[in-house]
Amino acid sequence: MSDEPSPERALPSLGGTEAWLRILAPTVIAFLFLGGWEAVVRINAIPHYILPGPVLVAQTLVRDWGTLSVSLLITLKITFMALSVAAVLGLVLAVLFAQSRIIELSLFPFAVILQVTPIVAIAPLIIIWVNDVTISLLICAWIVAFFPILSNTTVGLNSADHNLIDLFRLYRANRWQVLVRLLLPSALPYFLAGLRISGGLALIGAIVAEFVAGTGGSASGLAYRILEAGYQLQIPRMFAALVLVSGTGIAIFLALTLLSHLLLRKWHESAMGRGDRR
Amino acid sequence: MTADRPLVALRGVTKRYRTGTLALNGIDLSIRQGEFVALLGASGCGKSTLLRILAGLSAPSSGSIDWPQAAHDASGDPLRDIGFVFQEPTLMPWASVMRNVTLPLELAGMKRSEAEDRAADWLARVELKGFEKAYPRALSGGMKMRVSIARALVTRPRLLLMDEPFAALDEITRFRLNNDLLHLWSEDRFTVVFVTHSVFESVFLAERVVVMAPRPGRIAQEVGIAVEGPRDEAFRTSAAYAEHCRTVSAALSATINPAERPA
Repeated sequence: MSDEPSPERALPSLGGTEAWLRILAPTVIAFLFLGGWEAVVRINAIPHYILPGPVLVAQTLVRDWGTLSVSLLITLKITFMALSVAAVLGLVLAVLFAQSRIIELSLFPFAVILQVTPIVAIAPLIIIWVNDVTISLLICAWIVAFFPILSNTTVGLNSADHNLIDLFRLYRANRWQVLVRLLLPSALPYFLAGLRISGGLALIGAIVAEFVAGTGGSASGLAYRILEAGYQLQIPRMFAALVLVSGTGIAIFLALTLLSHLLLRKWHESAMGRGDRR
Repeated sequence: MTADRPLVALRGVTKRYRTGTLALNGIDLSIRQGEFVALLGASGCGKSTLLRILAGLSAPSSGSIDWPQAAHDASGDPLRDIGFVFQEPTLMPWASVMRNVTLPLELAGMKRSEAEDRAADWLARVELKGFEKAYPRALSGGMKMRVSIARALVTRPRLLLMDEPFAALDEITRFRLNNDLLHLWSEDRFTVVFVTHSVFESVFLAERVVVMAPRPGRIAQEVGIAVEGPRDEAFRTSAAYAEHCRTVSAALSATINPAERPA
């Protein structure tokens, strides 16, 4: 890091204008898209069981909020439980890997197998084997969310500054001190990046598992509402549930981005504004 | 401290890497308490390797290192009592300046309040009073290096090892840090082994310049730099300084392969 201005800063800065543009531009595009959609539906008089317009979807969302919100809560519960378990287990396992090469070599391939096996293919098995629906959904969502946290944190723990490791050795730091004072802080940005990916994946895992479980008629999350509405040709309701799924995904991503920013803003490059860089 | 009981003595130290490269060959070097020694040489002459061996971060393939004055721990390793300054400031970016400097004390189990008092003293001595709560990224390259020096000295080590610490800094900053380092050294008289590839820096700072030759790394010549009066800006422009630079420069040129030597 030098004191000279970076090439990035030499570019003409949009300053406050850019912050506005960041919100305004996508909003305009969204309204144009929704307006166009509504217009196409009305002009061509497309029946609502083929393609409902956004206005009808919004009305359905409000009208069916009672049922949909219950389902939303169930899906949210599964997603957050799966993400929490994935975060804790991913972190613990990554720390074990960093402590022992033998543990890493013996277990990492199985973590990869877990990751590359399509969840749609194993979800039915899990649902058959595990009696409790909530737990089987949780396992499915966890399998999908687990790997990015594990692999990112492992990279983070291995990427600590070698000179700092030497410095800790020089001062005869014990394993615990090296872990807590050096390896974990070095891995934090990587862990948080993994968490952001896993947040979205946990939701996808929960939805996929609900779909599989829902075909057997034994679930009540958002995916089940989508299935059910599909069977009953209540297409506007299907769209309303879909909007909730997307909205949830966006909210999770934003919340985890905020968490990451709050934890890293004081010291990490990724959480700094352009003007803060030196 | 008598001359026959040095702080540290290396005899026949050789280092061969697993790849087969001979990094150091038969190094005999003894360093007195309170001495300022510069290790000077072209890249690849093993001067950093020698510093790591002194620090105990790397073990020699053969030869011995004696610490005649040091106590030993339960397993028989000498308690080296060392501060180390790397070429990079090597600060923890997630920790404030204060936390970076208290690190060696806290690792040794000192109470935080006591560690902070001592760190604050050292931060004042390297002219960083008022920056205790700042994070490293807010500091310039020279200031980060000052934090690194404060961290190395906060344990009051007997030996300070510095591995080209100012090589990445601009000349004005480097001159200031040279002066400030000499000032700290003249006050506390810790022992310094300073690795550099700059003839001018080695002559300005050191009482003794150890010129090393590459492939394999070995000591080519030792040049004593006796100076009357203080080593200040006047010294930097004096005839005596220029004369010493010429001697050391000639010794360094002699170590370089004739094919690589400038005509």
